[in-house]
Amino acid sequence: MSEERLEAERKTHKTIELDHGGGGRAMHALVEELFLGALGNDYLREMNDSALVELPGSRIAMTTDSYVVDPVIFPGGDIGSLAVHGTVNDLAMRGARPLYLTAGFILEEGLDFALLRRIVESMGEAARRAGAPVVAGDTKVVPRGKADKIYINTSGVGVVRPGARIGGQYARAGDVVLINGPIGDHGMAVLCKREGLALENEIVSDSAPLNELVGRMLDACPDIHVLRDPTRGGVGATLNEIAMQSSVGMRLHEEMLPVRDDVAGACELLGFDPLYVANEGKVLVIAPAEAENALLSAMRGHKLGEGACRIGEVVAEEPGRVVMRTRIGGLRVVDMLRGEQLPRIC
Amino acid sequence: MGLKYVDEYRDPGLARGLIASIMARSRKPARFMEICGTHTVAIFRSGLRGLLPAHIQLVSGPGCPVCVTAAEDIDRFLWLARQQGVIVTTFGDLLRVPGSTSSLQKERSEGADVRMVYSSFDALRIAVENPERQVVLLGVGFETTAPTVAAAVKKAAEKSIGNFSVYCAHKLLPPAMETLLSSGEMRLDGFICPGHVSTVIGARAYEAVAARHRLPCVVTGFEPIDLLQGIGMLVEQVESGGQGVFNQYRRAVSYEGNATAQGLLAEVFEPCGAAWRGLGRIPESGLRLRAAWRRFDAAERLSLPEMKVEENPACRCGDVLRGAITPPECGLFGRACTPERPLGPCMASSEGTCGAYHRFRGQWEDSGALRETGGK
Repeated sequence: MSEERLEAERKTHKTIELDHGGGGRAMHALVEELFLGALGNDYLREMNDSALVELPGSRIAMTTDSYVVDPVIFPGGDIGSLAVHGTVNDLAMRGARPLYLTAGFILEEGLDFALLRRIVESMGEAARRAGAPVVAGDTKVVPRGKADKIYINTSGVGVVRPGARIGGQYARAGDVVLINGPIGDHGMAVLCKREGLALENEIVSDSAPLNELVGRMLDACPDIHVLRDPTRGGVGATLNEIAMQSSVGMRLHEEMLPVRDDVAGACELLGFDPLYVANEGKVLVIAPAEAENALLSAMRGHKLGEGACRIGEVVAEEPGRVVMRTRIGGLRVVDMLRGEQLPRIC
Repeated sequence: MGLKYVDEYRDPGLARGLIASIMARSRKPARFMEICGTHTVAIFRSGLRGLLPAHIQLVSGPGCPVCVTAAEDIDRFLWLARQQGVIVTTFGDLLRVPGSTSSLQKERSEGADVRMVYSSFDALRIAVENPERQVVLLGVGFETTAPTVAAAVKKAAEKSIGNFSVYCAHKLLPPAMETLLSSGEMRLDGFICPGHVSTVIGARAYEAVAARHRLPCVVTGFEPIDLLQGIGMLVEQVESGGQGVFNQYRRAVSYEGNATAQGLLAEVFEPCGAAWRGLGRIPESGLRLRAAWRRFDAAERLSLPEMKVEENPACRCGDVLRGAITPPECGLFGRACTPERPLGPCMASSEGTCGAYHRFRGQWEDSGALRETGGK
């Protein structure tokens, strides 16, 4: 695809029209000139009804996720890179190396072409960085008002590392709970951007592909029990899920919990609890206590794990319950989040 | 916002010292009321209860603005949301609060145009962007929120924004404190006075209540160290038989309060009688627009009908708001009424007492077990 042809396309079509999803010439042009260019790889370029791929190994991880974030571009990322990171991370959380992705786009009639281009290019870059090409895709255009700008679904396939036995059901009393850095960045970045909350410093999303970091962690400790990315519902909800799945209790320590000052400040302002705010580049790690040091140094050796630390332990008492020792020495139950957090009135 | 300083108000060493001095000083059983919902949540979040002597009881008061909003007001919000051509703008906390038949969240899912705003000026902007629609701001909140609504009304007048109006359900806290005490329903030994509200009305606003009922009132901040200091000051007064108004939260609250905000309130609003959930009608405890601004009153502009509501007789939010019972003493708590399906406002609001008790259940359920197995 040439820059000139794309430029010509953008001149004729400044926005997405229903025709772009119609299966005819306009759709063809969109696919060839934008999607193939930005996401391009040999699988996709074949332009057949499905992609044929090779899978090494016999344990395959598969996952899917849909992305509807508003705003579509936020500090630290956009819906395109997020759609890659989210799915890549879901694969990595089972100890799988992501191999192939697919992408489905729902576009709203009237979507700005330049915005779409930016999103798809960012998606392509994220896929290359994660080493997982988008091998198949689909585009539909719906009439104005039937969707909000753009929705993306991605599915992913990965191959599970031999010997890895990782899942929410494998936490054991005596394990340590680690995380790779400060919590709540993504949720507050998106919220502040969407609502135009002007803070002193812009909060930046942590959206990132965790597969490389997880690979290094598994090199350092093949016996990791649980990996989970605390996205919606944050660290609080995710640890509750694991505590229930594994029938264990959890003890957290407030003074060990990393939260950036600006995120803590924004949460305070709105009456939010950072424990329940979404992350898109964080991984909770539950592993045998003796592996703590090796894991932490492996994590800290990677750019996405510089802030790695222990935040708690798994205990046998009170299965299903997460309790936090507060900074002042009190005990606090960290419950499952119920409904979305809403800002308080005073 | 410079928030770095907040850390020193969470310092574990400082906390241990304060707890030790409360333990050493406190002899008499005492019951303190935290009026503000933010305090209720902060007390749970820091696990403070388990660190205090067992004979000190903390009870929650009527300080969640959403919770004390009368059921008929909520029903009128819902009526507004159902009107053609009306956009209802609201602060988030109100969305889930149930009226007799529905909630704003439910109305929204059924097609009503209900928008969450973060400031009263967002509502004004929506009015400017939608000149053909009536935009109503639901004015719920205490002395903290009301000045921002007053400012928006002034701005609407200045810019002649004719499609903006406010449903005034603002409430004033000191009259509610007076009503609670003079009912004689319960004995209190002191108030933990709200931090945010006091930044506007000043510590002096509690002088009358403190003097009439010979109670200590301590204006307190929201960090764990603030709360421990505030409770320590109350304990000191209880032990020495003292009374009066004290200010722990000096870094934010002055004796006189914020004169600009008070001026704005006085210019745009005047006190009026108001119905409180749980406390009934309290004279001079609400705010309405003064005659000069009344054209911005949603009730007048949109000819709101009178509403007769029947509250669920089993719901004891009223008793909870008066501190007469703790949430688990209500028969609906955790059974028919949960945060997912709240029957009463105290369960629906994030800073409602029932919601907080439910979220942190276990901290009161079997705190003994928590104490033994808790931290390492």
